[in-house]
Amino acid sequence: MDAIQQAYVVEGRELLQMMEDNLLQMESNGGDPDTINSIFRAAHTIKGGAGVIECMFIVEFTHVLENVLDEMRSETIKPSPELVEVLLECSDHLGTLLGCVESEAEPTDEVNKVSASLREKLQHYLGQPAESTQKIVLSEPKLHASGGGEMETDNWHISLRFGPDVLRKGMDPSSFIRYLLELGQIVHLTTLPDAMPDADEMDAESCYLGFEISYQSDADKARIESVFDFVRDDCLIHIWPPHSKLADFISSIETLPEDTMRLGEILIKSGALTQKELDIALNAQADQEQEEGSSAQPKIGDVLVNQGAVTAELVDAAAAKQGKVAEKKTLESQLIRVQAAKLDQLIDLVGEMVIASAGANMLARKSGESALVESTSVITMLVEQIRDSALQLRMVQIGETFTRFQRVVRDTSRELGKDIELVIRGSEAELDKSVVEKLGDPLMHLVRNALDHGIEPPEARTAKGKAARGTLTLNAYHESGSIAIEIIDDGAGMNREKILNKAREREIIGPTQTLTDSEIFGLIFEPGFSTADKITNISGRGVGLDVVKRNITALRGSVEVESREGQGSTFRIRLPLTLAIIDGFLVGVGKSSYVIPLGTVVECIELSEKDREETLKHQYINLRGEVLPFVRLREQFEISEKGGKRENIVVVQYAGQKIGLVVDELMGEFQTVIKPLGSIFKHIKGIGGSTILGSGEVALILDVQSLVALTTAQQNRGHTSEAVRV
Amino acid sequence: MTQHQKTAISENMTIYNAAEQKTMLLKALGECEELDLDLSQVSEMDTAGFQILLLTKREALKANKTVRLTAHSKPVTELLDLYNMASYFGDPMVIPAKEHATENQTKHKNK
Repeated sequence: MDAIQQAYVVEGRELLQMMEDNLLQMESNGGDPDTINSIFRAAHTIKGGAGVIECMFIVEFTHVLENVLDEMRSETIKPSPELVEVLLECSDHLGTLLGCVESEAEPTDEVNKVSASLREKLQHYLGQPAESTQKIVLSEPKLHASGGGEMETDNWHISLRFGPDVLRKGMDPSSFIRYLLELGQIVHLTTLPDAMPDADEMDAESCYLGFEISYQSDADKARIESVFDFVRDDCLIHIWPPHSKLADFISSIETLPEDTMRLGEILIKSGALTQKELDIALNAQADQEQEEGSSAQPKIGDVLVNQGAVTAELVDAAAAKQGKVAEKKTLESQLIRVQAAKLDQLIDLVGEMVIASAGANMLARKSGESALVESTSVITMLVEQIRDSALQLRMVQIGETFTRFQRVVRDTSRELGKDIELVIRGSEAELDKSVVEKLGDPLMHLVRNALDHGIEPPEARTAKGKAARGTLTLNAYHESGSIAIEIIDDGAGMNREKILNKAREREIIGPTQTLTDSEIFGLIFEPGFSTADKITNISGRGVGLDVVKRNITALRGSVEVESREGQGSTFRIRLPLTLAIIDGFLVGVGKSSYVIPLGTVVECIELSEKDREETLKHQYINLRGEVLPFVRLREQFEISEKGGKRENIVVVQYAGQKIGLVVDELMGEFQTVIKPLGSIFKHIKGIGGSTILGSGEVALILDVQSLVALTTAQQNRGHTSEAVRV
Repeated sequence: MTQHQKTAISENMTIYNAAEQKTMLLKALGECEELDLDLSQVSEMDTAGFQILLLTKREALKANKTVRLTAHSKPVTELLDLYNMASYFGDPMVIPAKEHATENQTKHKNK
């Protein structure tokens, strides 16, 4: 996919999202002109863009959709629930078609069937006979006779527009034409070099040729199509069998890039059409236009007979554009699309700047020169502001993610036969873009859970005296350096006894163990845990919540549950605002400094002389009756300097395992930006990153998880305290 | 600017030489009013080469200059015929549709 196609797909998906939001709005509030306009423009833009990247299957499909929407705009068609449903299906289908563009594949037969069936449904609303001028012969197995008559020629007509990369890919148009000669005769061929740009822009290695070919052959359509197998992805190919529907032919030509007039001439020249036939087509369309009184379709007739039609279209386009500008202004957001990599680079540089200015600051203070100290502190302040601004750039509003759930709630609640309303609060809360992306799946799972298990069917609710309509609330807010996201339902809540029993049954907890309410509800995140009596296709298997918890923990967040039986449940996800900064505990060993993630630190103890002697004998110490294995960082990292008189031990834990880290100095809490280690250092066990202190020194960040694993493995092998080669 | 210049294309006109030949031909065209292109040494021509010839002819027409293809080698003639573009290079006048159609019907049907 080249850059234009990529941009088209991205823009297309955004437009589809907007279309869906508007359609849902139309469903609940009825269709007001602005909403309908907005939907129409989205479809129109998608169609236009598809034409630019020469993606015909999207152009054809969207054409009919656009017609229906246009009639809704002019109020010839009124929105109805069934129509909205069909339009939603169309918007989904467009998403599938965009996927075809993305994977650079032609739509499969399945997809084409859906296209055809949706087009039929749309035609129904247009009140036209099912066979209209919209169908392209390529996807039809048989020809029907319809208004417009057949073409007199008994030749095939092949229309080719080779894409620019054909030559570069090692293919040559002439070989395909020669192949055609093997299967039949070329009655007439016109070479169209119209796509060739000016000499300066012309790329000698790009292909700019198109061909209109009148072809006589006994081969069937499939055989002729197969001639172009190798170039199918890089060439616009239209093949019309002999005696094709005239109207068909004409309307298909409208989708070709060249000027329609020129095409008409070429077709006559190549014998595909006679002047008479062309005239018939023109007249037929002129009549149709008079009847309908609408100018929804661009018509050759108008182009050939009356140049003014072009002007009318231009006027239309200008009006639409003005509308678009007005809409954008009301949105009050000016957006710029930026590559994520460039943003990351900027943030990296800002990080460097923070460190550099800290260094300068320190030197200034050492020098004692007051003017210099003041100057560097001003710089530090500005640098911090830039840092905050830069980190802000990666923040996106969570509202975008939340609104996607409108569709999910609507569809799922229908599927389950429940009446559920989605309420969204706190959609302006911002978080890091990568966090938002990773949050999507866990959120989806929790929402579906709430819909499936949480909220009861309307009858059950009214029986309990609740409103028949259930409410699912998504809420987000900031709280002391992290962001909290809540999924609240006013459903059945969770039965604490049931969970306790199930947990005891599966021996996750002991028979007499007592737990707090939050611990009990936290059990539902255990792998394989489910109290569901039946498994539905939405949930109940017990494989979801543990994955949710794992995903959230991977984001360094946490999830908790509150629930009241009969009233509902609240799932709360807490996430740190950025991934790159950690709270650490700084320790010193010899001349080096290390940072231990604060979350893993349990306590710090001074190592008395007696204990020190113990450590030389055993690989563990006695911590208030508990056995605590330990690691001497000095030995672990082979630091040669002699230790001082005092040693301290920092007790850390990971996944319930505690170990002690023996260090020299304890230097206190320290918030820092994590810098990744180079790939050469990846295999070193025990180190998970690095950071730069204000003094300019590098401090390594300890990977507590691997240190714990290492130590317990050592214990199990019964090694004495020997230095472990790293 | 010279009035009349003759130049020969000494290499194949394929995609490998296309960029180079484009520069050379446009330069040669820029230096004269009439350009004769000797194609006898062109032992192979593909679509890229054809496009270069096309471009040269088009630029000439735009600047009211003349470009003449001479001593067409067989590969050149074959491709120009396949693409039905011989007349474009030979005669700048437009042939009326009917005449052209009959002429080419016979031409192609005889292949």
